[in-house]
Formats: sequence, C-alpha cells, structure tokens
Amino acid sequence: MKPPPFDYHRPESVTAAIALLGRLENAKLLAGGQSLMPMLNLRYLYPDHVVDLNRIPDLAGFSFAGERLRIGAMTRQRAIEVSPEVARVAPIFPEALKLVGHRQTRNRGTIGGSLCHLDPAAELPTLALLYDAEIKIAGPAGLRSVSMRDFMAGYMTPALKAGELVIAVSLPFWPAGHGWGFVEFARRHGDFAIASAGVLLEKGGDGRIKRAAVAVGGVEPVPVRLTAAETMLVGEPPGEGLFARVAACCANLDALEDVHGGADYRRSVAGAMVMRALAAADARIKAPEAVR
Amino acid sequence: MSAVIGQPVLRIEDRALLTGKGRYIDDIPLDGALHAAFVRSAHPHALIKRLDAGAARSVAGVHAVLTLDDIAPVMARRRMTRVARTGKPKDSMWPFALSDGEVAFVGEPVAIVLADSRYIAEDAAALVAVDYEPLPSIADLRKCLEPDAPKVRRELASNVIATYKVEYGDVEAAFRAAAHVFREAIPQHRGGAHPIEGRGILVENRRSDGRFNIWMSTQKVHDTHQLFCELLDLDENDVRVVAADVGGGFGPKLLVYPEDIAVLAAAKLTGRSVKWIEDRREHFLGAVQERDQIWDMEIAVDKEGRIQALRGKLLHDQGAYALQDINLPYNSATSVAGPYIVPALFMEVVIAQTNKGPVSSVRGAGYPQAAFAMERLMDLVATKLGLDRAELRRRNLIPPEKMPYEKPLKARSGEPILYDSGDYPACQAQVLAAAGWEDFPARQQAALQDGRYIGIGLANAVKGTGRGPFESGLVRVAASGRVSVFTGAAAMGQGLATALAQITADQLGVKPEDVTVVAGDTATVPLGLGGFASRQLITAGSSVLLAGQAVAAKARKLASAMLEAAEADLEFVGGAVRVVGTDRTVGLGDLARALRGAPGYAFPEGIEPGLEASAAFRTDPLAYSNTSHVAEVEVDILTGQVRVVRYLAIQDVGRRVNPLIVDGQVQGGIVHGISNALFERMGYDEAGQPTTTTFADYLLPSAAEVPMLETLYRESPSPLNPLGAKGVGEVGTIPAAPAVISAVEDALKPFGVRISETPILPERLFALIQQGRRAGRG
Amino acid sequence: MRRRVRLTVNGAAHDREVEPRLTLADFLRHELGLTGTHLGCEHGVCGACTVLVDGHTARGCLMLAVQADGTEIRTVEGLAARDGTLHVLQQSFHEHHGLQCGFCTPGMLMTLVEFLTETPDPSEVELREALSGNLCRCTGYHGIVKAALDAAAKLRKMGARP
Repeated sequence: MKPPPFDYHRPESVTAAIALLGRLENAKLLAGGQSLMPMLNLRYLYPDHVVDLNRIPDLAGFSFAGERLRIGAMTRQRAIEVSPEVARVAPIFPEALKLVGHRQTRNRGTIGGSLCHLDPAAELPTLALLYDAEIKIAGPAGLRSVSMRDFMAGYMTPALKAGELVIAVSLPFWPAGHGWGFVEFARRHGDFAIASAGVLLEKGGDGRIKRAAVAVGGVEPVPVRLTAAETMLVGEPPGEGLFARVAACCANLDALEDVHGGADYRRSVAGAMVMRALAAADARIKAPEAVR
Repeated sequence: MSAVIGQPVLRIEDRALLTGKGRYIDDIPLDGALHAAFVRSAHPHALIKRLDAGAARSVAGVHAVLTLDDIAPVMARRRMTRVARTGKPKDSMWPFALSDGEVAFVGEPVAIVLADSRYIAEDAAALVAVDYEPLPSIADLRKCLEPDAPKVRRELASNVIATYKVEYGDVEAAFRAAAHVFREAIPQHRGGAHPIEGRGILVENRRSDGRFNIWMSTQKVHDTHQLFCELLDLDENDVRVVAADVGGGFGPKLLVYPEDIAVLAAAKLTGRSVKWIEDRREHFLGAVQERDQIWDMEIAVDKEGRIQALRGKLLHDQGAYALQDINLPYNSATSVAGPYIVPALFMEVVIAQTNKGPVSSVRGAGYPQAAFAMERLMDLVATKLGLDRAELRRRNLIPPEKMPYEKPLKARSGEPILYDSGDYPACQAQVLAAAGWEDFPARQQAALQDGRYIGIGLANAVKGTGRGPFESGLVRVAASGRVSVFTGAAAMGQGLATALAQITADQLGVKPEDVTVVAGDTATVPLGLGGFASRQLITAGSSVLLAGQAVAAKARKLASAMLEAAEADLEFVGGAVRVVGTDRTVGLGDLARALRGAPGYAFPEGIEPGLEASAAFRTDPLAYSNTSHVAEVEVDILTGQVRVVRYLAIQDVGRRVNPLIVDGQVQGGIVHGISNALFERMGYDEAGQPTTTTFADYLLPSAAEVPMLETLYRESPSPLNPLGAKGVGEVGTIPAAPAVISAVEDALKPFGVRISETPILPERLFALIQQGRRAGRG
Repeated sequence: MRRRVRLTVNGAAHDREVEPRLTLADFLRHELGLTGTHLGCEHGVCGACTVLVDGHTARGCLMLAVQADGTEIRTVEGLAARDGTLHVLQQSFHEHHGLQCGFCTPGMLMTLVEFLTETPDPSEVELREALSGNLCRCTGYHGIVKAALDAAAKLRKMGARP
C-alpha cells in the first residue's frame, strides 16, 4: 500500500502556501499527516501535489487575547494535551485529547488538520463546536473568521474556498470553576467515537444551571449541538432526572450507520454519553465563591 | 530429567529480534529483484471480458504485466490442483494462480505486475483496465444451499462440495429415552489470522547455476518445495525453499497460494528474481480466514444433566476455493465432545462454498468452533436444569480413572481416538478455586446493587496435538565443536529454536545459547512437514532428542576409546566428554574431527563417519492437551461494551520443556480467543463484498483491552513421546471465546439474555439487553 | 522530482535524494538498510513502524521521508550500546519473554522509550494505554507489560532515563 506519485511543495510562509494553492491543481495540504497519509497509502486519493505546512513558522502555539484562547492550526494535539495554559482555561481539551488516537498520532496530528478533515467522530471538531469556536482562515482575499457551526458545511466538508487554509482556532473562556465533561464510547482505547458527548456547565448562585453547552460527536454527519437540550438545562437544578430527560433529546439525532453501529444504536449510545458527560460536568462545578 | 529441560531458559532467538537484526522476508536484500503487485478482482463473482495492460506496461520501471495465459506455458498444468489425500475435494475446488477468466471472490488475483519497485508496481496495477461482467454471487451460508442460489463458480453444479457423517452409538434411542432435550442454533463468524507480518515470497532466479532459491514467510518448506516443483515443472534439485524469520504464522502461512505460484512462474518466465510482500489489505482479501460455521444442535441429557447424546448439523463455509484438503469441519465435528463423556453422537457435516475469501486453518483450526458449540450447550443445560455450570460440567467430564479414554469415534485412518492422559476434573477444580468461583455470586449481587453488571464464565477443551507421522531432526557436531540442529519444523515466533537447543544441550553438555538451530531449509534436511496443529515440540523435539542421543552415544563410544575409559565413566560437560572425577577430557570438536577422517591415517574402529545423527520420530496417535478457562467480565449495559476484567487458565500440556515459552503460547492464544468473542468480525455484505478491510474496521485488541492472564499448570506427561510433552500452540485459544461469552451471559442474567453466537459485538449485545428489558426483565 | 533529505539516524548523518512519496519507514528500511523498523499495516494502526523523530514517537508509515529533513531519528538499531550491551528495555523484554515473533517488538520498544522517559513510574493501566497504539498478535501483551514494568523499575533504581 504505497502512495501514488505527487509533486511535493514546502512553503515557508502562509502567503507562499496560499500562492501555491492558487496556482496548483489537485493539491492537498499536509498537516500532521495522520489522516492524509493513510488515505494516500490506501490510494483513496490521487493528488497531483502535496503542500507540506510543517515548516511554516508561527502557525503553532498558544496566545491569549482578551477572554479568548487562540491556538495555531499547526499546534500538535500532544502540545494541546499537555499545555498548562489550556488546562487552566479549557480543561475539557486535555481530558478529551487523551482519547484522541494514540500518542504516536497525537505527536504529529494537528488541531487544524483535525478540524479540516472534519471526521464527525473526531474529538477536536466536537469540542470546537462545543465552544462555538471561531475558525481563522487565510486566503487569496485576505483573512476571515467563521464560526465552527458555519465552518462545517457537510459530512467531512469544511467551508473553505479555493486557495484558503485554516491558520488558527479561537475559543472563548468559560468562567473559572465551570463544569466540564467529555465522555465517549469507542470500541478500543484510542478509536474514533461511536458516540461522544461534550458538556460545559455554569451554575448560578442559586444553584441552578445558568448556562449549558452540549455537543455530540460521531452520530450525525457533523458534530452537533443539542440546543434543545441546552434550553432544557438552563434554569434547572442539576440532577439525574434532569439529565435523563435531556439525554432523551438524542432520540432525534439523524444518525449515521457503519460497521461499528447502526442509527438506533448510535442514538441510544449518544444518550448514555450525554447523561454521563452531564454528571461529570456537574461533579466538577465549583461554586462561584469557591473559585478564588 | 535435567538442569535444562523444564527450565525457563531465556530464548536464543531474542537478541537478533530485539536489536532489529531479524531477517524477515522483506528484509532480505537481493539486487535486481523485481517487485510484484497484483491486479485483483473488485467483484465477488464476474467474468473477465477484456484486460488491457497497455497503459500499465508503458509506465517507466514496469517490466511485465502477466496473466494466466502468459505464465501457463511455464507451468505443468493450468490449475493449482493437487492430489487430495482424502479424495473428497474435487478438482474444481482448487484456484488458479491467476484468474482463468472467471473470478469468484473480491481480491482474487487476476494479473501480476513486475516493476522496479513496489510503488511503481502499484501505479501500474491501478492502470490495468479490466472489463468485468458481474455475475450473480452468493455470500450467505444458509442461502447458498438453496437450489436456485447462484453458483459460486459456473463450473459448479452445486455450492455443496461435500457432505459426510460423523457418528457413533445409538443416537435415536438416546434421544427417545432422554429426560430432557434442548436445541440451539449456534452461528459462528469468520475472522482472520492477521500476524503482524503478512505473507511474502522472494524468488531468486540464480544466474550462477540456473537454480531457484526461494525465501518465504512460511510455516512449512518441504511440502511447499514439493508443490512448487510439481506445479512449475522444476527439478527438485534445482529448487531450495528457505523460511525467513516469520513474523507470526497462525495458519495462513501454512499454504501455497496463487500469488506464490504466480510469482514463481513470473520468475521462471522472465528469467528474473521476483519478490512479493503482501500488504495488509491483501491479507484481508486473500489470506485464508475461518470460523464461519453454523451449528444446529440438539443435546439429550438425563435428569442429572448427564449427556446421553449429541446430534446436529454443521454447516461449514469454505469460501470460494480450497487451498488444501478441507480439514476444518472434520476437526470440528470430531472434537465437539471435548473432555466430556458423550455416549452417542451424530453430526451431519455439510461443506459449502460462497463468494468470499478462501477458508483454511487459523489458530485452533476448527476446534474453537466445536468447543464453542459444546460449551454453549453445557451452559444451556445448566440454565434449564437450574444447575451450577461448573457442577454440570463436573458430572460430565471424563474422570481420571477412565484414562486413557478411548473415544467411541474412530480417526479417518481407522485407528481409535485415545485421550492418552490428563485429569480433567482436577484441572477444572483447580482453576475454579483460583478464580473464586464459589464466592462470585455474592460479589455479583453486591455489584448489582451498585448498578454494575459483572459475570463469570467457564469453558473446557481438549486438543489433539503432535500430529505425525513425523518431523525431521538432525544433530551435527562440527570440527570446531559447534553443535547445530537442523529440522523441517518451522519457527514462527514460538521459541522452537530455544526448545530444540535445550533438548540438544541436555544431551551433549553444552549451553543452549551455543547451539545453532536451522529450521525450515530444504537444503539442510530432505524431509519435513512443518508447523501446524500444535505439533512441533512433540515431533521435532522428539526427533532432535533421539538424534542428540545418537550423537551422544557415538561421542561416548569414540571418547571411551580415545580416553581409554569405560563408557559408563564418561560425562558430557562444557562441550567436552570427561572421565568422571578427573580432568581428562576430549572436546566434542576433536571427536568430530576424528570422525571426519584424515586420508592415510587410521579411522576409529566400529564407528560410522561424522559426528551427527538424524532421526524422524514416528508417531500417529495424538497427545491430548486439556485446558479449563475462567473469565470475569463487566458489561456496560448502556453501550453493550464488554471488558474482560480477569482471566485464568489452567492447562495440562504434559511435560513443559520451557515453561516460559509455554506461558507465552498460552497467553497469546487466549487473547486471540477473547478477540474472537468480542472484537474480530470479518464482514461481507450480501453480495460478498468485504466490508472490513483495514484495521480501523476490523479490530484486534490492544494491551488496553485485555488484563493480565493468570496461567496455571498440571503436568500429565504423555506416554506417546520420549519428551512426555503435549502441544500448546492452540490450546489457549480453543475455549477462550466460550469462557468469555459464558461470563457475558452470566452478567446479563437479570435481562434473561442468551448468547449462542460468536463474536458478540456491542451493538448486538445492546439489542439483546433491550429485548430482555422489553420482555419485562431487568 | 527528487528532493534532498539530510537527517541523522541513530547519530549517523545521511544525505540522500528521494522521491517525495517515499515513506519514512521505507526510507529507513531500503535506502539506509535499517530493516529493524517494520511495516504491518501501512495505515497507521498497528504501530510496528514506530520510530522516534526528534525524541517523539511517530508512525514511520505516516510520514514522508522528505518531512524528516533536518531531524534526528532514533530506531531500534540505535538502542543497544556500541559494544552490544542491550538497552535496559531490551534486556527486560528478553528476561520476561516480551517477544515471540519479534515483528511488533521494535515499535513496542520505541514507544516505551518515549513513555518511560516521561512517566518513569507508570501504573499498569497507564502502561497498557500507552501501548494501545502498538498491536501484537503473539504475546497477548502479558510478557510485554511485565517487561516494561520491570524495565521501569530498573531505570528508576539506576536513576537513569531510557
């Protein structure tokens, strides 16, 4: 299983990369390679050109701007997993990343690559949606920003125009002490999720849920926010009964089918994951007074 | 017996493998060898109307694109037929090296491309334009029996290749008189072997002398050599077959495949050396798989649950072709009784073809399916009669006072089948005690209060090992003093070299690490059979033992003359023969030199030249290993996920030459069996298109999916060979799937779930749980 | 169009020109003759091709050789000392029967070099998760886990890194 022949380009700046994408036909971007290379080895793709982004400086790393965390597109998944900054402001990320593939793939795999590949069962797109992340894109027409929701044009299809590439992801903070939980069901450690659920919760001084975000991955053709569930949660005191009712929203998911599971099964599992993620998030919430 | 036999001697194979110096088939350099890739059928059944290799041939670096018509002129016959010893498979069972115009499974080789690199060969293969006319195909094992089902190949009048009966005792009477009769359908699904290293062959077409040196990742070199010469019309003296280091065998590497013949024919035709290294997708499509069987069974028992008779039908899926005599369903049907007393048996065996990959042995070779069927039936009886599963088995296990136990069933040769030794009830009792079987119900209840579903399962099995008629063994001492062992047995990671080195070291007073073992080279020994059916320690080990004894006898005789001491006063120590209690020695090398002869000088009286001996220990009856496994699982009822939490296995494999190696074989076997229960399912759609062709879809467990494995041993030495040994390679696999399934069912008792299939994947288990809930249980 | 690759492998510098599509694993095996790194699946699951790139594990089948330009690679051939003394991990694998056919072994060893460097005192669960990206069909992982735990203990005692 050897890759088909292609021309190889290694631009050293974003501008150069965009220029290449502008003039090359049938080109694929090479980020971490953990998704592209298997497809090349299996000959599912026949690009004429491969544009390697790995030597472009300043496309990896973390920065803060106001109440937002910005992660460069070429930041390795492993770097996000072990970053103290990320652990501080968005602890759901390191937790979920432990479930992403294996160490060998996280060392090379990038957040940008994962978002652009947009496998619905992948953890990072699900988290980006959970956070309503802003995707920063550079292209021939300049820079633009698009919400994760709008970035997901369809099954494994990001809303990128010709010649564009993702350069960063920007996430808003949730307040210190927020509850978070990420639970997935995979057949083996590191496998893609058959269904995953990510939850962020904020509680008010009255003990009721003030804000909630619930995202499910692996079930629909793209990760999905359970907005109906979120509405049900806000204003309620957290508890098992509530979580079970909320999890029942998963019955409405338009689920995929593959060798690992049919639609009904996926919906059921999604419900279980949502319940468990809600419970985990609730257990982690620190009362506002306790967070100093 | 000795300071070496029975010791956990560390392996002599390890250093090379640990330092990356192994020589697997793709590691062997050969300048000028062309690389092969295959054009393979994309259809489960089709005619090839046209094949256009023009574009492929014009790719730079491509040397040839060959079809059957191109290679047939250098072959003895067009089809890969062989004389079938059982007489059962007809000529129409066998494949062609390359398609003869009709393809019968997805992945069937159609053409071979030879190029300067594998990369280029694949480029060219993708450009070969094949015009297929799809034909009706059939993948379902039950449906393929229907009279109007499509035939797997047009030449077949029926998809049934063979039917036969295995029977003894008066089954009808037993069923009529029985207190209880229970029925069950037990479907079992195929999986692959998937050694981490795939198949491979390197044919060196030697310009020096026109001969062929063939390296292969193979489990048998002599029969392969025979078949190569026969099919390619080659002189046996012009062909040498050598096993490379083998990165796991497990069954598929026991065969000669169309690809092997195509590569050899291509080499012969073009005058070039040719190399083919299988990739993982090819292994999914073309390497043999097995376990596809449907068992429709009935069991008759008395009031106490003692088996009166067993009867049923075994429907076996052979896939599109047979690559050797079909042995698996025979193994299954004749071993179903396992370690239990079954006074009457009737099995109807039906062997059918489907448009799926060809079927042959994968670790266990039909025994796992039989154990699964029997053990599920035992659990069924226990449940129905309200008996503890272990107690029911206790009542039926062949007791030690009945050993050696002659089964009412005869072997194909007409010989009685005799379980030679073993204490089955004691083994079961010992593993149950270690597992805390009696305490488990209390633990289970406590877990249930916590909303957790845990279960425990038990399964027993026996395995006939040491299949004869022999394996070759030659022990030679060189003038340098180096001791070498040669054998037709095959090394594939099981520590064969270490075991044989231990046996030899024991005879000649050298250290195992100073013994060189060459396994699987037709140039070193003329005869051999190879590695399958857990046979090599018994057969090769015994031959090497006898050869070593003969060499020692010669050495002793000569040393006695040279040292002027009585033979009884001599001992073997540190590579020399020594007069006991003195420091008078003569080195093994010196003895060897004396026996090489020096022209013009006196030669020792009464001794044949050469300090070497060869032996082929003859054995026909099988030595029976037995095993009892206990599995503990936890089930997540919201996902159907099963976690194996604890696993214990006791085995009696006779005298263990190297307990470390035995442990490794058992542990690896167990995980394969666990995997057959919970993970591995080779999927095909209704038409016969494979749906799981990568490791992303077809799951092998990693270290995170299995626990530590607790192994226990009893040793009932086999009286059938001088080592007292029994085979161990497959015994870990055989009862593992039923042990796990039994545990899963036990965990889900609250839902009344009954599992009589394997594998059971989470979605299916989830559905069974839901069914139970809807019926008001749990 | 061939591209230049300059890299260090096990401390030795190499300067070659290769086709861009040549994988790192094939480069190591066939260009440099370092056949200790094995190919089991070529789609990034089995881990037999695991090597260290600038100290971190990577699947050699999922990297192009040209991407390794300017890097330091470590393979199984670089584990033992120059005088042939086995690395602690190799010795532990030997003593605890951590290998049978040996095909997955180089990948296991390189994964453990990275893991034990960062997690010198792992629990069995952590260890099994760390090994989950390396498949073995022979051992059932039992000997491998025992060997790894033993090596970890020995390294801690020696105060050494793998």
